[in-house]
Amino acid sequence: MKSWIAFWNILVKDMRSYYLKPPNISWGLLFPLVWVAMFFIRSGLGFESIPDLLPGVMALSVLFGATSVLSVTVTFEKKGRSFERLLLAPISLELLMLAKTTGAILFGTINAFVPILIALFVADLSAVNWWIMVPAVILVAVSSTFLGLFIAVSVKEVFEAQTFSNFFRFPMIFLCGLFFPIASIPLFLRPLSYALPLTYGTDIIRGAVTGGNVMHLGLDFLVVILFCLFLFFVSLKNVNRKWIT
Amino acid sequence: MQNPIQTSGNQESLIDVIDLTKRFEDVTAVDTISFAINRGEIFGFLGPNGAGKTTTINILTGLSRPDSGTIRIAGQDYIKNPKHVQHLIGVVPDESNLYPELSGFDNLCFCASLYGIRKQERQEKARKLLQDFGLEEAAHRKFGGYSKGMKRKLTIAAGIIHNPQILFLDEPTTGIDVASARQIRKLISDLNSDGTTIFLTTHYIEEAERLCNRIAFIVRGRIARIDTVENLMQLTEGRHIVQFAVSPDSAVICENITTAFPGLQCRTVPGGVFVESSERVRVGPLVRLLEDMGAEVSEARKVRPSLEDVFVDITGIEVGMMKQEKEKAKMGGEA
Ligand SMILES: Nc1ncnc2c1ncn2[C@@H]1O[C@H](COP(=O)(O)OP(=O)(O)O)[C@@H](O)[C@H]1O
Ligand SMILES: [Mg+2]
Repeated sequence: MKSWIAFWNILVKDMRSYYLKPPNISWGLLFPLVWVAMFFIRSGLGFESIPDLLPGVMALSVLFGATSVLSVTVTFEKKGRSFERLLLAPISLELLMLAKTTGAILFGTINAFVPILIALFVADLSAVNWWIMVPAVILVAVSSTFLGLFIAVSVKEVFEAQTFSNFFRFPMIFLCGLFFPIASIPLFLRPLSYALPLTYGTDIIRGAVTGGNVMHLGLDFLVVILFCLFLFFVSLKNVNRKWIT
Repeated sequence: MQNPIQTSGNQESLIDVIDLTKRFEDVTAVDTISFAINRGEIFGFLGPNGAGKTTTINILTGLSRPDSGTIRIAGQDYIKNPKHVQHLIGVVPDESNLYPELSGFDNLCFCASLYGIRKQERQEKARKLLQDFGLEEAAHRKFGGYSKGMKRKLTIAAGIIHNPQILFLDEPTTGIDVASARQIRKLISDLNSDGTTIFLTTHYIEEAERLCNRIAFIVRGRIARIDTVENLMQLTEGRHIVQFAVSPDSAVICENITTAFPGLQCRTVPGGVFVESSERVRVGPLVRLLEDMGAEVSEARKVRPSLEDVFVDITGIEVGMMKQEKEKAKMGGEA
């Protein structure tokens, strides 16, 4: 019970302090929409192409939303010293890291519904399988957050948060089949695509929206879940080893 | 020479540290130190910059792991399981780690929640602490806009909101104004009177002397001496010290004095020398000697031996230098 009071208050504090901060609005919320609007206009496609574009936009929104928030709740607080206060508290490291990442996961998840809301006005989304899409969005948010965490705690120094996360976020737009099928990616880069959880998550969302998934959905789910577990536990180990020096 | 490791004697110890060692690459920050902190006392770590004070606090509070040694807090093996003991511990770090974007009140409530305290209780406690610490007026202002003294006070409040048995304070009065420093010393001794055991580090000798029951002199990662303030002060009995203000204050002066008067000890300080003897110092011959050397003596003054002299004797560290170094480091860190 005591631990849950701590968990809840860490989460609420992060949401209050950081959700409406400029980098989260600009990178997390606006960037994916602007990016897609440009893509949409330049490609000259019509509204009927929106269901094809939507999975990529959603994945993009989740990825950027989750990692933007994570870079303040974890990276930024670690660079300042407030993270120490959390490490001093009698809460297990597992619960602490879950509390610090849940804010990012929630933000990423909510963010996915921004493009959906917009799409609802201009396209027919009656074919969408929501029972698959909602869990998929949550899983994409979890895996994006944990991948961000994994990178933040693997590097020797905690980098300048935004710049550094862009270093890996942008390539993922192309590598994970958000807008161009994996099949169109040069062969030598493809192993990298399959080593990123977003590839599988995007495939599930595509399956839920258009039925155009490339891999079996069950396999996709399994792989993303395994990625999440792996990334979280490796990150925990790294926090334990590197942040408690 | 007395054994520097003083065990807790007949008093009950709250913390036992045995042979603690911590290395960073090529420096041994803490080198096989042992000490015990008794329940209810104020225990001080006194030492210059880089002595290993913060490193020790970080290990004892769970922010850092030692390379070797054992720690028992309240009878439990702390290194194996710090999370089981952390609710007994309050920490006031050398630089505040509260949230600048939250108000003083919200900071306190948040800190209390980390210890599982329920909403109503944490709000009551936060209000009470803000009042006790004279911060009610700033309660709903952002912490980022507080003065240094106010920040330190709120950090102390945050450190005790869960009623810890032991409070660690890392240089609690360094870098803040004199009035706040005095208030904070008062707060610390009040807390102690109410039963909280205190472990503080400082480089101010007078502060250690005034606040602490027992003091450990720590230099370059090693403890040079641990004792009660009374016992340490006893070492000054039968010592006679005279301070001469001399210009120019060259180092040769001391050489000449000790050559001419082999029974005397002498050390140079900026602007003069300290001469010490186990008997009363006769000033006349010394002044004549100094003047014969071409030095101008503007003042000769008997000095009551202080803890500072004990510290200098035991550690060989010049206290004036230690302070200057520290202030510089502090300012550099905050620039
Ligand atoms: N994280 C670290 N990495 C490398 N060296 C460190 C680290 N922390 C402290 N040190 C070194 O350990 C020694 C003791 O430092 P510290 O405990 O901060 O001293 P104090 O608090 O007494 O001023 C110093 O030489 C310092 O440079
Ligand atoms: Mg220090």
